[in-house]
Amino acid sequence: MATETLRPEDAKRALTEAYPTKAARKRAKQIVVNAPPDAEGFRPPILSNTRTTPGVITQRGCSYAGCKGVILGPVRDILTITHGPVGCGFYSWLTRRNQTRPPSEDAPNYMPYALMTDMQENDIVFGGEKKLRKAIREAYEIFRPKAIAIAATCPVGLIGDDIHAVARDMKEELGINVFAFSCEGYKGVSQSAGHHIANNGIFEHVVGTRDEPPGGKFRINLLGEYNIGGDAFEIERILELCGITLVSTFSGNASYDQFARAHTADLNAVMCHRSINYMAEMTEEKYGIPWIKVNFIGAEATAKSLRKIAQYFGDPDLVERVEQVTADEMSRVRAVIDEVRPRTEGKTAMLFVGGSRAHHYQELFREIGMRTVAAGYEFGHRDDYEGRKVLPFIKIDADSRNIEELDVEPDPERYRPRKPPEELEALRAQGLDLGEYEGLMADMEEGSLVIDDITHYETERLIELYRPDVFCAGIKEKYVIQKHGIPMKQLHNYDYHGPYAGFRGAVRFYREIDRMASTRIWRHVTPPWAQDPRPETLRQAS
Amino acid sequence: MPESAAPAFVSTTNACHLCMPLGACLAFKGVEGTVPFLHGSQGCATYMRRYLISHYREPVAIASSSLGERQAVFGGGPNLRQGLWNVITAMRPRVIGVATTCLTETIGEEPGPLVEAFLAELAGKNPGVTLPRVVTVRTPSFGGTHTEGFRRAVRALLKALARPGPAGSHLNLLPGMASPADLRHLKDVVRAFGLEAAVIPDPSDPLDGPIWDAYTPVPPGGTPPEALQAAGRARATVALGCMAGDASGPGAWLRDRFGVELLPLPLPVGLRASDRFFAVLEELSGRPTPGWVRAQRGRLVDAYVDAHKYLAGVRAAVVADEDLAVGLSGFLAEIGVHVAYVATGDRSGSLEGAVDAATAGLLREPPAVREEVDYYTVAEETRDLGLGLVVGTSKAYPLARDWGIPLVRVGFPIHDRFGAARQRVLGYAGTQDLFDRVVNALLAQQQEASAVGYGYL
Ligand code: SF4
Ligand code: SF4
Repeated sequence: MATETLRPEDAKRALTEAYPTKAARKRAKQIVVNAPPDAEGFRPPILSNTRTTPGVITQRGCSYAGCKGVILGPVRDILTITHGPVGCGFYSWLTRRNQTRPPSEDAPNYMPYALMTDMQENDIVFGGEKKLRKAIREAYEIFRPKAIAIAATCPVGLIGDDIHAVARDMKEELGINVFAFSCEGYKGVSQSAGHHIANNGIFEHVVGTRDEPPGGKFRINLLGEYNIGGDAFEIERILELCGITLVSTFSGNASYDQFARAHTADLNAVMCHRSINYMAEMTEEKYGIPWIKVNFIGAEATAKSLRKIAQYFGDPDLVERVEQVTADEMSRVRAVIDEVRPRTEGKTAMLFVGGSRAHHYQELFREIGMRTVAAGYEFGHRDDYEGRKVLPFIKIDADSRNIEELDVEPDPERYRPRKPPEELEALRAQGLDLGEYEGLMADMEEGSLVIDDITHYETERLIELYRPDVFCAGIKEKYVIQKHGIPMKQLHNYDYHGPYAGFRGAVRFYREIDRMASTRIWRHVTPPWAQDPRPETLRQAS
Repeated sequence: MPESAAPAFVSTTNACHLCMPLGACLAFKGVEGTVPFLHGSQGCATYMRRYLISHYREPVAIASSSLGERQAVFGGGPNLRQGLWNVITAMRPRVIGVATTCLTETIGEEPGPLVEAFLAELAGKNPGVTLPRVVTVRTPSFGGTHTEGFRRAVRALLKALARPGPAGSHLNLLPGMASPADLRHLKDVVRAFGLEAAVIPDPSDPLDGPIWDAYTPVPPGGTPPEALQAAGRARATVALGCMAGDASGPGAWLRDRFGVELLPLPLPVGLRASDRFFAVLEELSGRPTPGWVRAQRGRLVDAYVDAHKYLAGVRAAVVADEDLAVGLSGFLAEIGVHVAYVATGDRSGSLEGAVDAATAGLLREPPAVREEVDYYTVAEETRDLGLGLVVGTSKAYPLARDWGIPLVRVGFPIHDRFGAARQRVLGYAGTQDLFDRVVNALLAQQQEASAVGYGYL
């Protein structure tokens, strides 16, 4: 094989050369070669959260998917009715494989149901509000839920149905909480808009409606964890071992009542910054709850996150307990790392997923000695790449302006600063990064490629150029990547495996990657790139 | 017919049908060198890709014009043009199949004229260059289900590509939404009669392809556009499914436009329906059914005899797309299973008559037949039917699990088993596969329920 090295700048050019000029120019701004921060600490800017170029095959979904699928999807006892024609509701029917554990056999769990109005021509022409009202009454009769949510799909906004008015009326009529989300798929540029809309709705209509806190001395909310493959159960196990009380998760294994009293927590721990930072900011402003960024993907990252939580509460017993739990769990984790690492060391990975996983999972690979040579989000914003430092410099375009920003003020009764300002300052001085997120680039090597909203075509070119040992993305990319002879790991639904969070999850993931990187199945495959050798890949460059 | 006790619901809970453009994309995937393209917001394309990919376990590219709020108000024309241009340059397709979505249908944007204007402009700027054909189809999901979308797309393809000319000796075969393995089998048997037939559409290779040895922006295989062109000159069209003879269907269009004789047939699932299918092939070819096909029939009948004792007294429900629901009902009835309940999410109005015809003389009591239902209703209505078997898609799994009875998975979508693309139900050979699966599902159930754990059954 040739030994000349492929420069990342050349790879970048190769990715865009087949596009027409206009598309190529735009994509060039969304593909960035990672570089160290400049004198003021800024990373190279990346164009992101921008409308997908028509006709390139994107992996992105829509605002409805972000709202109904991602944020509301894992909540077991809010009954969601999709107002729209059949498809959108059908396709979002348990496809994310969230899990939930109702507290008892007869406790409600509506996740196996996909309710919809299945609008017909008549509803489109004459309006669908009447049908929606009937559907809500019907749903109430059958299920008797505590709360009903209405999620709008594309036609709803266009025909002018006032779903919020319907929600208000129904709330009065049925005496339960009914609220609506205007998450029509054409809003915003990706599912990200739907996350924001969902955050707003839950914040406005549910959070703060139940004041009695659960017991426990160290009460936190976990934000941006969606219990794919049972991740939440592992995190819950660890928090419980440490003596930390989980008031509410947004929204893995969550329930309505958890949301209702989320404002009684004393700290928000944020996993997926992209999908939920709105909730962190709004609850800080309204109720005085500070937030920190955590990551429970990766054993070391889990340990670090627990330490951060302990540091925030500043209780010596808690600090001690976290150390004990960590030491105990890490001894088991290390044994597996030692076993696996000789086979995985030096191998390469690529990650193109979501709005935080492409960052979080790099940690797991690092723990077994693997390098991430290219990564990017489907629907991240600049702050998720470059860090919150860039927030003041992000231009708000028309698509983002259309998503409502709530005006939040301190709650006259419920606002309570959790710590005096001096104490918060002292914590910051000790290195606790309150309200900070450094983004994905900070954790990636110089010269690695960062690609926003990668297209079908670029994925194939990238594989051809780099031939990574493992490619992580979703089901939509899975079979293309395998056709190219590259092991592929789904990180949206974990290939129906998992959990991968926490200590036990890390062990499961190492073993899975070990299996993938060592399987002999690929011997049977002569991939396209093997017949036409290209310049040597980046992995030899370092 | 037993009267339904359940109220008719206004809302839909756990639908039995999918949306129109999904059917259209599936049809487009069956034409060589075609890229499906949804005119609307990108979420629909992503959702449909997700569904098709998890069923076939193959790459499925569907492009989108990625409309946003602005375009929803001011029109999506510019995005459509830009999108087509990007698909043309990056993927070099032979055909682009544009289907509308609920967004573009709600704002009433007709893609046909926009596409034509764009192509005319392109042709002006690129004299001598062969540009791809762009076929458009209107698929508002508030006007029908995925099976209707499939039929509309097939008709649109024919309308755009079929040309008149002197009649040939070849046939058109419109199989409907058949699995890749079924399509392969149909092609084999037709060829064995010495007939030349274009299967329209034929996604067997694009949706069940080998590992790649070369970079392929559009996976190879599918009905060649030339074969669609020749469809107007065919000697006859054999169309399968309960809507095969429908006046607005693709077969009727070929007949009305070009005078191609239309021979509508039910889906050949089971002995009786397959016999009809092969009789038509005999007639068209003037040849007897080939020996190896007759042998398949013989083995099937032999199997029916050998296993009939396992099937006696079993009551079954069928939940599937209408074509398949009819075929499955006829098949189950002829093997001695009592078909108690037949349901579909489709709503063409043809199900009841077709099920009656397919099961005529085979059932002591006609089944309850339901169109336009959802799984919630199916569950309500089948609770007290004493069912021992469900035949349907993966989506029927919760039901089968609740009733504690086996589910034999057929149709679309199958997301919880491997090999959906290689599953057969058509012809004697397909029926044999299906029959073995039904019998074995019942045996497995019996075996697991037995305290003894017999090893011989
Ligand atoms: S909007 Fe219409 S076309 Fe799009 S997914 Fe929903 S039902 Fe299907
Ligand atoms: S883009 Fe609109 S129509 Fe399509 S899936 Fe999303 S909400 Fe439904």
